[in-house]
Amino acid sequence: MNKKQKKMLIRIIISALLMVLLSFVKIQGVLRFLLYMVPYLIVGYDILIKAVKGILNKQVFDECFLMAVATVGAIVLGIIGDGDYTEAIAVMLFYQIGEWFQSYAVGRSRRNISELMDIRPDYANIEQDGHLERVDPDEVETGSIIVVQPGEKVPIDGVITEGSTMLDTAALTGESVPRTAKAGDEVISGCINMSGLIKIRTTREFGESTVSKILDLVENASSRKSRSEAFISRFARVYTPAVCYSALALAIIPPIFRMLVMGQPAMWGDWLYRALTFLVISCPCALVISIPLSFFAGIGGASKEGVLVKGSNYLETLADTRYVVFDKTGTLTKGVFEVTGIHQAGMDEKELLRLAAYAESSSTHPISRSLIKAYGEEPDRSLVTDVREISGKGVIATVEGRTVACGNDKLMEELSVPHEDCHEDAGTIIHVAVDGAYEGHIVISDVLKDDAADAIRKLKSSGIRRTIMLTGDSEAVAAAVAKKLSIDEYHAELLPGDKVDKVEELIAAKSEKDKLAFVGDGINDAPVLSRADVGIAMGAMGSDAAIEAADVVLMDDDPMKIVKAIRIARKCLGIVRQNIVFAIGIKLICLFLGAIGFANMWLAIFADVGVMVLAVLNAIRALFVKDL
Amino acid sequence: MKKSYKIDVDCANCANKMEQAAKETKGVKDAVVNFMTLKMNVEFEEGEDPKAVMAEVLKNCKKVESDCEIFL
Repeated sequence: MNKKQKKMLIRIIISALLMVLLSFVKIQGVLRFLLYMVPYLIVGYDILIKAVKGILNKQVFDECFLMAVATVGAIVLGIIGDGDYTEAIAVMLFYQIGEWFQSYAVGRSRRNISELMDIRPDYANIEQDGHLERVDPDEVETGSIIVVQPGEKVPIDGVITEGSTMLDTAALTGESVPRTAKAGDEVISGCINMSGLIKIRTTREFGESTVSKILDLVENASSRKSRSEAFISRFARVYTPAVCYSALALAIIPPIFRMLVMGQPAMWGDWLYRALTFLVISCPCALVISIPLSFFAGIGGASKEGVLVKGSNYLETLADTRYVVFDKTGTLTKGVFEVTGIHQAGMDEKELLRLAAYAESSSTHPISRSLIKAYGEEPDRSLVTDVREISGKGVIATVEGRTVACGNDKLMEELSVPHEDCHEDAGTIIHVAVDGAYEGHIVISDVLKDDAADAIRKLKSSGIRRTIMLTGDSEAVAAAVAKKLSIDEYHAELLPGDKVDKVEELIAAKSEKDKLAFVGDGINDAPVLSRADVGIAMGAMGSDAAIEAADVVLMDDDPMKIVKAIRIARKCLGIVRQNIVFAIGIKLICLFLGAIGFANMWLAIFADVGVMVLAVLNAIRALFVKDL
Repeated sequence: MKKSYKIDVDCANCANKMEQAAKETKGVKDAVVNFMTLKMNVEFEEGEDPKAVMAEVLKNCKKVESDCEIFL
């Protein structure tokens, strides 16, 4: 609670107590009026002052002015009528309680969300003359060596030069398993160093570092307003004047009508009371506060989970997403080659792999590396002689006195070794021949991410109508991946430019209401990311291009995060819609009841304050997205 | 040119009113008020002096909501 809020709370309590006390006092006439004015003025003097200021500035529909008119009107009715002033005080009191609650709740959620995003490092350690000096991260130049002690945040992106440690990336990615890092590894700012002391050579300035980019992005996110917010602020602009004019009409037309046409008593007081009730309901605050608050909470909750949404509008689009287009490599697959199958023609599997690994041991080609990795041990190079690399075909080498040839179809043809095509797995095929005899082949392919299939299934069950995969890979590889993941549609052998055309085709084919999301790893698919209704970049830690081009950034490369992002968006938009319908609905019902004389001011103030409190509490629900 | 200013205002509707008032100020191309982060992002027309324009913006905002503040 800040000072302003404390002061207001004290005023509210005193005024409420006085009101209760006064209800036991039996005094009539002027003294009663004066006594009742005490709690009224205590709780509402600032509203009255603001109302006067509003009139001076010609702001007739200022809500302070409306509240002032409604309560002063009720007091006047009290003076000429039964001397009941409680209603006027109660209206003012509840209005202030509502304002207080709103300010408290908004302040709380502002703080909550900034705590969620508490990743801003306050200092960087620089070693000088043998001792550590704390400096402002902003002042550290690129290429400096900084020291990060256990328990501290990595302040600036860089490469570890000394030491090894475990890094907690939970604040950035929502991933709770710590990551190991050793000399030579890149580290990003915002991670927390958990175990060992490390020295980092910075590769960026603080302002360009991941942590600054993320904070900037999250802080500015709610400035991009959604359609719901635009709707509500337009609605508020029309709503208040409309209700005020209706109130005026209600105070004048029915009594005159009764008098002149029906020949009955006008009942001015009665109709004036109904009109004042209208004024109480005319305040738009309940509507206006809950919508941005819901989005703010939604975006805050999402960033805690490692899903950065660049604007409320994108959260809205994400919730309407029915088509998800994936880039294959790096999104559904790991983007690294691994041995996925060994099909031997006679020799033992392990032996086949060993010979291949030995033959390829001197090559740095990614395929050779993956063979060695699959073999699991570092080959003993002294056993390998006469290595001949045949560009575009493979390697021939002598391993333990035997001639081993590893390579593609072309190499086998060159050596005129009869070979078999692979019928099972799609991928790159490495044939192995030993001393001129065919021994089998090893399949190397880009491996699917562990959660890819699960993510696709969950997307389907969360209401995504169609999943589509785009890839530059061969038809056979694409078909195999699509089948394994049960993706509805795939397009293979696309050049980067073709992907944009494909996405445009897909966008043109669907209805305007359904949105299309494109998920890529941010590497050379920036044009597609920006062309899609909503572009999602994944595994984007440290990739500037992706953060620039995408609308939603997933901090790690887990495909389940796509599901999570969509579910968070759905939940948030659900809350927004509930709040819009609920707040407008209750207000309209109360207006109707007020017009026909069923609703008194007590109900009207509930329509204003009660609805606001409920809407705010509902909005805060958008923050809780951990278990979605 | 775009600039961002910290603001102080108590209610969401008042923030909307400030946004409207800022948008209607001469020299302002577009303005967005973010109630949740209490920030006002103003895009100025070509060749306008932000300082002079912001003084006007503040005046207009004070008219619609006497209790608001823009930290220039």
